[in-house]
Amino acid sequence: MPLLDADGFRADPWQRIAPGEPVTGEAVLVGLAELPAVIAGRSNTQRIGVEVVNTVRLPELSPFLGQIDLVAIAFPAFADGRAFSLARQLREAGFKGAVRAVGPVIADQFTHLVACGFDEVEVPDAIAARQPEDQWRAALASYGATYQTGYGAGASILERRRALRAGQGTAS
Amino acid sequence: MYRYDQFDEAFVRERVAQFRGQVARRIDGSLTEDEFKPLRLKNGVYLQLHAYMLRIAIPYGTLSSAQLRQLALIGERYDRGYGHFTTRQNLQFNWPKLRDIPDILDLLADVGMHCIQTSGNCIRNTTADHFSGAAADEVEDPRATAELIRQWSTMHPEFDYLPRKFKIAVTGAPRDRAAIRAHDIGIQVVRHPVSGEVGYRLFVGGGLGRTPMIGKLVRDFLPKAHLLAYLQSLMRVYNLEGRRDNKYKARVKILVHEIGIEEFRGRVEAEFAALDPAAIAADPEEVARIEAYFAPPAFVKLPETSQRLAADRARYAAFDRWVETNTFPHRQPGYTAVTVSLKPVGGVPGDATSDQMRTVADLADAHSFGEIRVSHHQNLILPHVRQDELYALWTGLVGAGLAEANAGLITDIIACPGLDYCALATARSIPIAQAISRRFASPERQREIGELGIKISGCINACGHHHVGHIGILGLEKSGQESYQVTLGGDATENAAIGQLLGPGITATEVPDAIERLVAVYLARRQDGETFAEAVRRLGIEPFKAGFLAAPAESAHAAA
Repeated sequence: MPLLDADGFRADPWQRIAPGEPVTGEAVLVGLAELPAVIAGRSNTQRIGVEVVNTVRLPELSPFLGQIDLVAIAFPAFADGRAFSLARQLREAGFKGAVRAVGPVIADQFTHLVACGFDEVEVPDAIAARQPEDQWRAALASYGATYQTGYGAGASILERRRALRAGQGTAS
Repeated sequence: MYRYDQFDEAFVRERVAQFRGQVARRIDGSLTEDEFKPLRLKNGVYLQLHAYMLRIAIPYGTLSSAQLRQLALIGERYDRGYGHFTTRQNLQFNWPKLRDIPDILDLLADVGMHCIQTSGNCIRNTTADHFSGAAADEVEDPRATAELIRQWSTMHPEFDYLPRKFKIAVTGAPRDRAAIRAHDIGIQVVRHPVSGEVGYRLFVGGGLGRTPMIGKLVRDFLPKAHLLAYLQSLMRVYNLEGRRDNKYKARVKILVHEIGIEEFRGRVEAEFAALDPAAIAADPEEVARIEAYFAPPAFVKLPETSQRLAADRARYAAFDRWVETNTFPHRQPGYTAVTVSLKPVGGVPGDATSDQMRTVADLADAHSFGEIRVSHHQNLILPHVRQDELYALWTGLVGAGLAEANAGLITDIIACPGLDYCALATARSIPIAQAISRRFASPERQREIGELGIKISGCINACGHHHVGHIGILGLEKSGQESYQVTLGGDATENAAIGQLLGPGITATEVPDAIERLVAVYLARRQDGETFAEAVRRLGIEPFKAGFLAAPAESAHAAA
């Protein structure tokens, strides 16, 4: 499935390893059940990612967060919003690697995804065909600022008001 | 009243532009119908039986006269010259064309209004006591809190794709006029019994629909500065744990019911303990900025009672009756809060024509500091009226057909749009309300019966709040026929209770007689000064059940 981030579609460096397959490659994406063994047996330079369902709970992932570079979370449907909270929890727990949404998310959700800590999305071909790169870029640019402090990179509306009061202009 | 600053304004304009784009992308095929549907719902656009319906947010039910005039204009230009005020303090237009909706949104944005989150599985428009800022029993005007929640909940990136819709109501007074325990979250502004600090008491898991539940206490006292962090924690627990396998079991009330309030509270508190409330809260200056908008208007210092009013009441009997029923004690001496009834006898509850909206806007400018409220009873409120000016106000209302003296009485009926408009409805609601209203039209009779709230829903989703009506009526469809279930003993206040079923369903034409029999039981059995609801609490359901089940001819005897 095509992979996309804030800069547009790009090649996917991650290789999915099914259970039982040899874990070779520079960047391997495995299931949660395989993860402990894959970490134990990793080669020096190998990067490891884990792919999880959206019902996984943070404590199940916490022991591994310092040792992995990617968490890919499934969206079974675009309206199933559990992964938004899970991504936030990962970021609040200090996870610095990449977080990926996997499934039929739509361009209109890109701001939500980014604000909750996702870096990239892997969408079905059909969605990528209907919603080309420019729609995802436009979605990201649709709001100058939103109300929630601590979500997303830019200053929230509340922070901008504070800056304005302090006479510092509307710096973002 | 809150006024949009440059940031609120920019946000709403961006939302309009985004929706325009979403409509265009639906048309060019970028979005499928399944993808577009939740996007349009989150912007208040429903597809109803005959047409699209547009639901406009009126945050915490507060409107300026300029906003009400704009709604009148939209009603005239894009609808059929009227609008419908809802049980969630919103306004619905029933006949807009999809292609006009982006233009309507522009007109709304011109007066700081929008349709954001008036539908869909997100945090809906936050409601509040319609007498906020006027009521004498208030700890604090709850609208500053409601406005803070409006901003925080607007397109919250984490909580825009919830298991189901999510409704929050706030009251600033111990007397609950906002039905907070019928909401997913109910917030009461309270004063700490020991320290005197003002904070919040929170209820969770209330809701009506097919599984009615009364909200349970989740936090007895929350410091004000912790509100947003606590809400974030609670919403996160719901977003992660709420059921998504069955839309009828997806509201937070089911989660709370299934795991128990203790367990739910524990999960919320665990999430809350991991957060830094200060990083999420609005800073004190921002809170003060919002609060300043809700400062009391420039009241004149007046004596407690108005001699002018007393003289006018003595002179005009109809005016006297209206003052008795349609005014509410104000905290400021010499003022009162007025209910403008949208329940004329035989009319459609909550409907107002564009002309009527303009009349109310003009009267608000003349007599109520330009401010109007929408109540969840589907009436309008002029919150700050000088008692001296009540007669002038009343004359203006009479001319527009808005002076029905029935606030809180048996003809002040709440009804959802029902099968006349709604795609979900299983029966008509409006004609039932109209028939009851005609039956009890006599002003003397209404006053004799006193306070009695009838609430009617045309399907199990309970938009007419029938579960919490003193008398509730639920319209269902049984083998191709409309069938109405009648419940008794519901209550939406601080004594919140779900009504109990009186017996088998009855036909539409039998409803007025059945109500008549219930009223007869009350009149025969009431004690001095006892309202209908109080009598039901004391007597229990049984005497009313007997009256309900009696054949019409026997009922007078049974009640005597």
